[in-house]
Amino acid sequence: MGGTTNILLLLVIGLGLVGWLSARARAAMLAVRTGERLHSLPNYHGWYVALWLVIPAALFVALWGNITPALVTNQVLASPAAANLPQQGFERAAILSEARSVASGQKPAATNPLAGPLVPSYRDATHRFQTIGIIAALALIVAGGAFSFSRVTPQFRARARVERLIMVLLVAASLIAILTTFGIVLSLLFESLRFFALVSPAELLFGTNWAPTAGVPQPGTFGAIPLFWGTILIGAIIAMIVAIPIGMMSAIYLTQYAKPRVRQWVKPMLEILAGVPTVVYGYFAALTIAPAIRNFAVMVGIPNASTESALAAGLVMGIMIIPFVSSMADDSINAVPQAMRDGSLALGATSNETIRQVLIPAALPGVMGGILLAVSRAIGETMIVVMAAGLSANMTANPFASVTTVTAQIVKLLTGDQEFDSAKTLAAFALGLVLFVVTLLLNIAALRIVKKYREAYE
Amino acid sequence: MNSAVPAPAPVPASGRQRPTDWKGTVMQGRIARRYKAERSFRLIGLSAVVMSGLFLAFLLITMVGNGLRGFTYTSVAVPVDFSASPLTVSRDAYDAPDIDQQLGSAGLPDIVAFAAEEALGPGGDKIVSENAWKTVRDALKADPDSAALRGVFDLPVASDIDIAAKADGSAEAERVVAMLKAKGLLSTGIHWPFFRNADATDPAVAGIWGALKGSLMTIAIAFLVAFPTGVLAALYLEEYAPKNRWTDMIEVSINNLAAVPSIIFGLLALAVFIQFFGICQASPLVGGLTLALMTMPVIVIASRNAIKAVPPSIRDAALGVGASPVQVVFHHVLPLALPGIMTGTIIGMARALGETAPLLLVGMRAFIGDVPSGLCSASTVLPMQIFLWSDEVDRGFVEKTSAAIIVLLIVLLSMNAFAIYLRNRFEKRW
Repeated sequence: MGGTTNILLLLVIGLGLVGWLSARARAAMLAVRTGERLHSLPNYHGWYVALWLVIPAALFVALWGNITPALVTNQVLASPAAANLPQQGFERAAILSEARSVASGQKPAATNPLAGPLVPSYRDATHRFQTIGIIAALALIVAGGAFSFSRVTPQFRARARVERLIMVLLVAASLIAILTTFGIVLSLLFESLRFFALVSPAELLFGTNWAPTAGVPQPGTFGAIPLFWGTILIGAIIAMIVAIPIGMMSAIYLTQYAKPRVRQWVKPMLEILAGVPTVVYGYFAALTIAPAIRNFAVMVGIPNASTESALAAGLVMGIMIIPFVSSMADDSINAVPQAMRDGSLALGATSNETIRQVLIPAALPGVMGGILLAVSRAIGETMIVVMAAGLSANMTANPFASVTTVTAQIVKLLTGDQEFDSAKTLAAFALGLVLFVVTLLLNIAALRIVKKYREAYE
Repeated sequence: MNSAVPAPAPVPASGRQRPTDWKGTVMQGRIARRYKAERSFRLIGLSAVVMSGLFLAFLLITMVGNGLRGFTYTSVAVPVDFSASPLTVSRDAYDAPDIDQQLGSAGLPDIVAFAAEEALGPGGDKIVSENAWKTVRDALKADPDSAALRGVFDLPVASDIDIAAKADGSAEAERVVAMLKAKGLLSTGIHWPFFRNADATDPAVAGIWGALKGSLMTIAIAFLVAFPTGVLAALYLEEYAPKNRWTDMIEVSINNLAAVPSIIFGLLALAVFIQFFGICQASPLVGGLTLALMTMPVIVIASRNAIKAVPPSIRDAALGVGASPVQVVFHHVLPLALPGIMTGTIIGMARALGETAPLLLVGMRAFIGDVPSGLCSASTVLPMQIFLWSDEVDRGFVEKTSAAIIVLLIVLLSMNAFAIYLRNRFEKRW
C-alpha cells in the first residue's frame, strides 16, 4: 500500500494546487464581472478551496492506509485457501506475513508450502482495497472541491473560514506541550504502577540494597537509597562545591569589575563551556580526570580508590554547571536596583563591601533559585555519570570510591538484553518517576523563589 | 561591616563632633586593610573567570591533542603481484552489483596477506590491517585492468602498528615500526575512510559518516516537527491566548518541560513511540521525534521572547489599516520576529545534536556497521558514536573518539556561530 499511498498523496496535493489556482482565478473574475467588491482577497478563496480539497482526502488516505492491512488479512482469512492454516500462534502470523511479502513483490517466492496458496488471494484483496481506496479518495476530493468551489462568490467570507482553521492549528500546536507533559506523567505512572505491583514502593524508596536481577524480583534487591545517595553526592554536593563558588565569583567579576572588552571575550567563552555536549564532558572525565584522581588517591593512600570515582564525575559536572550558575547569578545581581548600589558606594563602602553586604543579600533569593535549578540539572545529568561514575551501588561518603546514580541505573536497566516486562526494566520507569518528581519540585520551588523576589523590586 | 566602618568618634562635651582624623595611623591602617580586601576580592573573581577559561582550554587541548592523530593513518607500501596468484574474477564481473562479495570470496584477502608476508617478512600479514584487502579491492574496482598486473599498494597497517608509528606503542610494535621506517615503506596521510565509513570493529576502517548521516537525519526530523509546532504555539500564547486556566496550564507545562532532565524524554519515547505506536526502533525517525519533544519548549520560549520584542505599534498600525488579527501576526509580527526565532531554534538544535541520553533508551546505541539508508533504518548519531567508541578496548579507538569529538564540536560551534551571525545581522533594536 506504501507506493499507492504516496501516489494518492501526490494526486491530492496536485489537485489542491489546481483548486487553489482556479478558485483564485474565479474569485478575481467574479469581482470584475459583477463589479462587486470581494469580501476576501482572491488568495483566500484559493486557500479555502484548496484546503477543502486536501484535508478531507488526506485524512482519509492516512486512515485508509492504516486500516487496509487488517481488512486485507480478514478477507484472506475468509478465503478457502486459509482453511488449513494453523489456528493460533507464531507460525500462523509468520505464514501470513510471508504470503503478504510475496504478494507485494518484496520476496520472490514463498518457501512455506502453506503460504503459497494464500498469495493470489492476498493479491486480489490488496488490489480490491486499493481500488476502493483510490475511488473513495477521488470521490472525497471531487465532493470537497465541488462544495467549496460553489461557495466562491464575492460575498463569501473565505478569509474568516481560512483564519479559523489557522487558529485551530495554533491551538493544536500549543496543546502539544500539555500532551507531552501528560504523556510523561502517564507513561511513567503507568509503568511504575506495574513495577509497584511486583515490588512495594516502600522498598524502592527506603531499601538500602540495590542488586536488581532478571526474572522474578527477589525481595530486598530493589532498594534505591544507595542510588539516591550517589546522586546527591555527585550532583548536589561535589558538583555544587565546584560550580557555586566559581560561577558566583565569575558572575560578580563580570558584572562589577570587568571592562566591557573582557566581558566581550569571557561571555562567549562561558557559552562555549555551556554548549559542549555532555558526552564530551563524560569522555573527558573518564579519560583524563578519573585516572589522575585515582593516581592522586593511591599516592596519598586513600582506601577504595577507584578509576570510576564520584569525585571525577562530580568535578566535571561542576565545570559543566559553572556557566549555568554564573548566568543565573548574573541575572539576579543585575536585577538589584542601581539605587541600592549607589547608596552603598556613596556612604563610602568599597566595591567589595557593597557586593558582599548589599548586592548579594539583595540578590540572594534569585541566586538561591538559580542554585536549585542547577541542582535539578545536575541530578538529571546522565552521560557524565554513565561514563565516569560507574555502576556499583555503594553507600559511602568517600569521594574517591565508586558510586552510582539514578540516571546511570536507568540507562543500565534499559539497555541490556531483556524482555520489556521484567521487574528490572519496569524499575527504570519507577526511578524515572522519582527523578521527574524531584526535578519538578526543585524547578517549581526555584521559579517561585525567583518570581517572588523579582516582584519585590518591580 | 563591623571591621570596615570607622568607630564613631567620641562626642565632645561641647556637642560638636570632632572631625575624623583621616591621616592618623589608625584610620590609614583601616583604609589600607579595606583596600587590600578589595584587591584580593577582585583577584578571587578574576581567578574564578581564569579558572573556567583554563578548564575549557584544557578540555579542548586534550581533545585536539588526542584527536588530530585520528584523522591520519599510517600505511605501508606493499607490492601485490596478481600475475603470480591470479584472481578468479572475470573482467565482466566488475560491473556486477555484488562485486565486493565476489572479490572477497575469490581469495583477495589471502592474496593480500600473502603479498604482505612476502614483502615484509614472516608475520607481515599481521602488520597490515585485517581489512587492508578492502583498499586493494577499491583500487581494483576503480581500475579493473590492473587485476592482471603487479602493483604497489599503500595498505593501512594494523591498529597497534599505527599507534606505535604515531605515538608510543608496545615494544614489539615499535620494533616493527623502526624496521619499516628504515626501509622507507611507511607513509602517513589523511585517513579518508574515517569520513566515508560507518562504525567497524577495526579502527583502521571505522568511520564517522554513518553516525554523522544519522545525526543529520535525526536533526532534520526534529527540526521539521519542533520548529513549526514551537513557533505556532509561541504565536498563540503570545498573541491570541486568553488569560485562563488552560493557557496557564500550557505555560506552566512548557516552562517545566524545558527543565525536565533529557533522560525522561527517553523514557517517554520508549513507552509511547516504541512500545505503544511501534515506530521503528533505533531509527532516525524515532530519535528525531524524541529530540523534537525535547527541543520544542526551548523553541517556544525563544520564539516568545522574539515575538515580545516586536513593538506594539507595529500591530496597532496593521490593525489600523484594516488587517485581520491573523494577518497582523503572519504578515508583520512573524517576519519581524523571525531572526530571533531562528537564533533560538538553531541554539536549541545544536543542543539536540549533542544530546545522547534520551537516544540511549530508544535503542540507538547498537553497533551499526552500515551507513543508514532511510529514516526507518537502524542508525546511530555522532554523540552516540563517541560514547560507543569510548568503551572500546582497542587503543586505536582513543584517537578516533577524540577525532569524532572534534568533528562534533566543529559542527556545534559553526551552528552557534551562525546563530550569533543571524542575531547580529538581522535583529533590530526598537
